[in-house]
Amino acid sequence: MAGLSWPRRWPLLAKRIIPCLDIARGRVVKGVKFLGLRDAGDPVEVARRYERDGADEVIFLDITASHERRGTVVELARRTAEVLFIPFTIGGGLRTVADMRAVLKAGCDKISINTAAVERPALICDGARRFGRQCIVVAIDAKRGPKKGQSPCGLPAGRQGTVPFWEVYTHGGRTPTGLDVVAWARRVERLGAGEILLTSMDCDGTKAGYDLALTRAVSTAVSIPVIASGGAGTLAHLYEAFTAGHADAVLAASIFHYRQFTVPQAKRYLHARGVPVRR
Amino acid sequence: MNAVVTIVDYGMGNLRSVQKAFESLGARATVTASPAAVRRARRLVLPGVGAFGDAMRELRRRRLVQPLLERIRAGVPFLGVCLGLQLLFETSEESPGARGLGVLAGRVRKIPRHPATLKVPHIGWNQLEPSPKTDCRFLRGVKRGDFVYFVHSYYAEPVDRAVIAAQTTYGRTFPSVVCAGNVAATQFHPEKSQRVGLTILRNYLDAAC
Repeated sequence: MAGLSWPRRWPLLAKRIIPCLDIARGRVVKGVKFLGLRDAGDPVEVARRYERDGADEVIFLDITASHERRGTVVELARRTAEVLFIPFTIGGGLRTVADMRAVLKAGCDKISINTAAVERPALICDGARRFGRQCIVVAIDAKRGPKKGQSPCGLPAGRQGTVPFWEVYTHGGRTPTGLDVVAWARRVERLGAGEILLTSMDCDGTKAGYDLALTRAVSTAVSIPVIASGGAGTLAHLYEAFTAGHADAVLAASIFHYRQFTVPQAKRYLHARGVPVRR
Repeated sequence: MNAVVTIVDYGMGNLRSVQKAFESLGARATVTASPAAVRRARRLVLPGVGAFGDAMRELRRRRLVQPLLERIRAGVPFLGVCLGLQLLFETSEESPGARGLGVLAGRVRKIPRHPATLKVPHIGWNQLEPSPKTDCRFLRGVKRGDFVYFVHSYYAEPVDRAVIAAQTTYGRTFPSVVCAGNVAATQFHPEKSQRVGLTILRNYLDAAC
């Protein structure tokens, strides 16, 4: 990537690789463009395999929970905490401080909220005050506003021509909110979010690369870590998310689930190109 | 190994993963909020995430401060984790006016942020640099450059720099392990730091009473 360089005094903090396990009815699935689900195994087993492989964290997103109002995933948290010695996050359908407490108490390290945060932003401050902001991940599903032209996925930031606009969606990507993604990201930071999990709905499932302009816009707008999500298809895409996108971590699902690449391969690739990773 | 570890529960944070980590090493680990149980403890672990002032208020409300200080003075192996490290000091910028346990002289300061390059909280895997002079037994088998998992927005600034057993750099260099006699504490989460973290917990279990 021409014209990109690491900050002069790069902190030794490693860039994180976070496999994401989409969960539906207790099984790992991976949706393509938020549709068509494919079964990929038992969540705890898959998480353990990723830990052995050197994944830095694991995120479980219960994609059935939010719209079916199915309560929390306490049992998954409990089972995972028995065997996993890296951090893990659970999201999907957590709507109250009591939901958060139940999952954290079962052994989960962080909780991710999306729809509930938009509907009731006070949930972010309540959760941060009660459990510490490091526990509170706000997930943002972002979709580009109407524009013509080619797909934004994997294009270097700043080369899309028009000034981009992204809208926040909730309910698993079904409900537009009218909120501007960058403004919402700034707001959740002020409210007490500890991290932002930023998913490009346009790129998710395409394997054409992350929406780098989106990732960079949000990552440079806030002072909390941003996890880029949606669109990873090659190891170069991970690299671009860290360099052009300024992401602090990358989320990836299908490239690891279907063993197209392994986590050690990804780390070797990034390390060889000067990205600090835990090895 | 059949060491009994007493994990102090004062309503702050994820105690279950600390307990699970010790159990995976073959130790018995009990979680308790009882002052009497703390007074009987052979090994004490003070974990915790959250705000400094809230934590001290909870420790006081549960009448745990005196038992903790007594056991530390009596020489039982003590391990503080994350907020448990910060509470060993006297004050914190996070909660002006709140008094910490004061086992170690010094204060706790906020990590200065810098957009896009230095984000706060400091979340993720960062490297340990053991002090050249340290003889901290908790760091046996830990090498320079080993990665451990951090989640914090504040760091300790000890008056006596000799207590710094390892440091880590994030914008500035801060103590990631402090060690003073029977008292050790990590700013990172050993229970979430896979192999390196479990090594440190095993060293703690091996420490003689």
